[in-house]
Amino acid sequence: MNASTKIGIGTPLSRVDGVDKVTGAAPYAAEYNVANLLYGVTVSSRIAKGKITAIDEAAARAVPGVVDILSHANRPKQAWLDRSWKDELSIPGEPFKAFHDAQILFAGQPIAVVVAETFEAARFAASLLEVTYEGEAHNIDFEASLAEKFLPKPGSRRNNYHPPKSRGDAQAAFNEAAVSHEATYHLAPEHHNPMEMHATTVEWHGDGKVTVYDKNQGSQGVQAYLASAFGLGKKNVRVVNAYVGGGFGSGLRPQWQVQVATMATIHLERSVRVVMTRAQMFTHGYRPECTYTVKLGAEHTGKLTSIMGDATTSTSRFENNMEDIVTWGMMNYASPNIHGEYAIAPRDTYTSADMRAPGAATGMTLFEIAIDEMAYKAKVDPLEFRLINYSEVDGMNQTPFTSKALREAYREGAERFDWDQRSPEPRSMKEGRELIGWGVATGMWDAQFSKTSASAKLNANGHLEVACATSDIGTGTYTVMVQVAADTLGVAPEQITAKLGDSDLPTAPVEGGSWGAASTGAAVQLACETIAKKLFKAAGKMDSKPLGDAKFEDVEFVEGTIRRKDAGGQPLALTEVMRASEFTVIEAEETASPGIGGMISMAQKSRNTHSAIFCEVRVDEELNQVRVTRIVNAVAAGRIINPKTARSQILGGVTMGIGMALHEETFADARLGRWMNHSFAEYHIPAQADIHDIEVIFVDEPDAEVTPLGVKGLGEIGIVGTAAAVANAIYHATGTRVRSLPITIDKLMG
Amino acid sequence: MIRFDYARPTAVAEALQAGAGTHTAYLAGGTNLVDLMKENVARPLQVVDINRLPLNRIEELDGGGLRLGALVTNNDTAYDSRVQERYPLLASAILAGASPQLRNAATNGGNLNQRTRCYYFYDVDTPCNKRNPGEGCGAIGGVNRIHAILGTSEQCIATHPSDMCVALAALDAQVQVSGSAGDRTIPFADYHRLPGDEPSRDNTLQPGELVTAIDLPEDSFATNYTYLKLRDRLSYAFALVSAAVAMRLGDDGRIAECRVALGGVAHKPWRQPEAERLLIGEQPGESVFQAVADAVLRGAIGRGKNDFKIELARRVVVRALGQAAARTPQSQTDKRIA
Repeated sequence: MNASTKIGIGTPLSRVDGVDKVTGAAPYAAEYNVANLLYGVTVSSRIAKGKITAIDEAAARAVPGVVDILSHANRPKQAWLDRSWKDELSIPGEPFKAFHDAQILFAGQPIAVVVAETFEAARFAASLLEVTYEGEAHNIDFEASLAEKFLPKPGSRRNNYHPPKSRGDAQAAFNEAAVSHEATYHLAPEHHNPMEMHATTVEWHGDGKVTVYDKNQGSQGVQAYLASAFGLGKKNVRVVNAYVGGGFGSGLRPQWQVQVATMATIHLERSVRVVMTRAQMFTHGYRPECTYTVKLGAEHTGKLTSIMGDATTSTSRFENNMEDIVTWGMMNYASPNIHGEYAIAPRDTYTSADMRAPGAATGMTLFEIAIDEMAYKAKVDPLEFRLINYSEVDGMNQTPFTSKALREAYREGAERFDWDQRSPEPRSMKEGRELIGWGVATGMWDAQFSKTSASAKLNANGHLEVACATSDIGTGTYTVMVQVAADTLGVAPEQITAKLGDSDLPTAPVEGGSWGAASTGAAVQLACETIAKKLFKAAGKMDSKPLGDAKFEDVEFVEGTIRRKDAGGQPLALTEVMRASEFTVIEAEETASPGIGGMISMAQKSRNTHSAIFCEVRVDEELNQVRVTRIVNAVAAGRIINPKTARSQILGGVTMGIGMALHEETFADARLGRWMNHSFAEYHIPAQADIHDIEVIFVDEPDAEVTPLGVKGLGEIGIVGTAAAVANAIYHATGTRVRSLPITIDKLMG
Repeated sequence: MIRFDYARPTAVAEALQAGAGTHTAYLAGGTNLVDLMKENVARPLQVVDINRLPLNRIEELDGGGLRLGALVTNNDTAYDSRVQERYPLLASAILAGASPQLRNAATNGGNLNQRTRCYYFYDVDTPCNKRNPGEGCGAIGGVNRIHAILGTSEQCIATHPSDMCVALAALDAQVQVSGSAGDRTIPFADYHRLPGDEPSRDNTLQPGELVTAIDLPEDSFATNYTYLKLRDRLSYAFALVSAAVAMRLGDDGRIAECRVALGGVAHKPWRQPEAERLLIGEQPGESVFQAVADAVLRGAIGRGKNDFKIELARRVVVRALGQAAARTPQSQTDKRIA
């Protein structure tokens, strides 16, 4: 029997949840129609800072159907201590507590919820609430906030961040360098804006028990958070996030709508739904604005002698959100002298948050623009420059990588792109009125692995169910679970059901950091292996001895059977084993964790994904309209479980990277202290017309050490560096270097 | 819920009667009005649904023009064979706007009457003289990179967001309206107005008046024309600057007539007849186009973040004139700029 008929790891299986999603059979948080449901509409603060002095509810309460209005004045009891509001990914500072008191910390802050029998009544009444404020001076201007930048001491209560490591004398090396470059780069603030708005439907079961259908990236984290913050007790709270319409990090931490919906439910002892409006999607976390000064020194040959980075990102006044900005360039390139500085600047907005490849998408991208500038200064081809400075080890920590096939990614990507056809001079390629530019950039992200449990249950009829509390935020976790199970037990995918997104299921961490596939996959594999062993043991007890004297290592599980690898005897159907053993079901639950060996490996080796992005742009020579006509992204990410969903992840990441390069930007009105373009009409992400050919290559990168399955994860690497490839291509096309993303028409006008 | 009365007349006279009161809104495609109601920007007490009125046809006019019913959808207009053949400038401008789904719902009358996309107008927690006269203009001194550079006032720097109307302005269309005082015809240039001291008024319709049709004159400029739109992404974004050019060349290759209308730069589609006259009798060429561009933009005022629009508009005018003269009109599918 040849293994090629086996559907499992490496098969381009279509999404197992695809049909349910496109037919509407997959329910999202706001779509659970529980009985006797009330609708809550949240009122947002008009001012950016100050306090509420009065709320006149009379007109709102007079609207027929209105049941109650909750605010700081009459909210139910909440936990008093900040530590009771910790979530799975808490950061230093004071977590935001909706309706906690009269203080206003940011524009759009939820200050009251109108609860009514219908959504329409609640929405109308919410518009009638008369709120009086006493405003205070505020600042949301990033430039102005830099005057207050700081970095709390490592290890203090307000800091869980590890600053970049320095080596050598970077400033001296920079001063003495034959070729040097110094420039400051900027990234505009971006809001996540997944398609599904944050929503919560809380089902009240009486006697203090609730089921919370919530949009988030980790059901068990939200369960623990609600249990603690509202004193409910974990056993009384079940959180379900079976389907999530995109997250990009906005669901890593509990968002305020789950607080509001839970509060209203507790207060009214009835089921309540709260859904954010699109405008309210701009009232929580966002990718922090960043300013990043890069200094590079090199020899005449282009060999780097000094890498210096000094970055500041924005946070709120109540929490310290810190990102790794300056580390990426130092990790990726070889330089004897490195030095990094990092600070955060507080302003009167909600706290910034992780957004797809936090830190790297900003830091690596901006650094890769600097590297491009340095290549031109050194008069070296930008790809060649990167190869000259290629680092076989982690350049910052000086540790080996478990694997790094970036060289292969550069080579395969360049070949596919025809990089060697590039004309080196800027503004030297043209067709009609369009200037053509080719740019390259490097991407880098973590390959992480998190302790995760999963269960497997094989029924007598051959149906297999695998389950884990992890989330599928659109990345394809359902499909990965089915594939790993199919691979391990040889059961056909259509005979397998994957369950996830439910706090009742085996323990899993929040889905983020691209660790989902590696971690959940490993746990599912362990659980299925245990089932396999139980089946083998049962087969051994069968009178007919169908597997003869074979040991467990001598058999394989394929096509719903156990069979000897030496092809001896007949394949034994799993259902036959179940029948003969009179099993109705075999169950197993296992936990995959790095273990001691893994922990040692993690300390001794760096684990990362890498990518090489090649981009062609066409820019109108006078009007500066930019078209990204071609991208090749060659990714080194270990073993690929599903080439189809993996490619989709990269396509999505690249598209978001194009948005970072050209479109995404939230505009702040500093006088009013609010974000102004809070709609999809004016907050631009790429439209179909902006996306042309995107080719994804996965280079071969066997890595038995990085995670149990050799999987590195793909959710984020696609965005990292993409915007730099676009920016570098625009420079090559036009000769104009724009150091502030997004590169809009006005910035190219010169 | 938001309470309003709702009428669904089947004849224009009934609609005018239903729409006679104050705080009345006519509902056609609803692509803008319903949004504005959701955002609490529009709060009509009486909604008159005009979708059953017999205004959904495109008809030949005596004398060679075409009458576009107010209720014909934008897409049905753009893809109508008569419009495509005789008024390709209009078809092109319509297809440069919105998305197919929106154009399938939005109507011609509604397109004229859509309101600005100014951030401050849409956000009721910010000041806006257009939404709330006397409150002040948030955009002046605020986030104004999409705002107007021509014909502004200290009360308002909003733009009219339509693409279609820019072409209609260039074509010298006429707007047919009906009201309690009878029917009247409004030249397109007089239909929309500048903000002045009354920015809450977008156009010159009298209260209760209803747009019934748009008349296109016989002169259709189907040979030398273009609609060129620059925006922040290649589709589904309002114009930063757009230009509709309708040109006629004489047998000698000289320009016999030319109209240039700009979108994205003013409270109405912007025309400058004196600038247009500079072209008459001239051979098409970069220098005269530059002179026209300078003349069109004369008096333009930037408000900070939109300063770039002045130079961008100059370049758009020059390129659009070139496209029209060369008979290489801008494609709305291939986003490459010819």
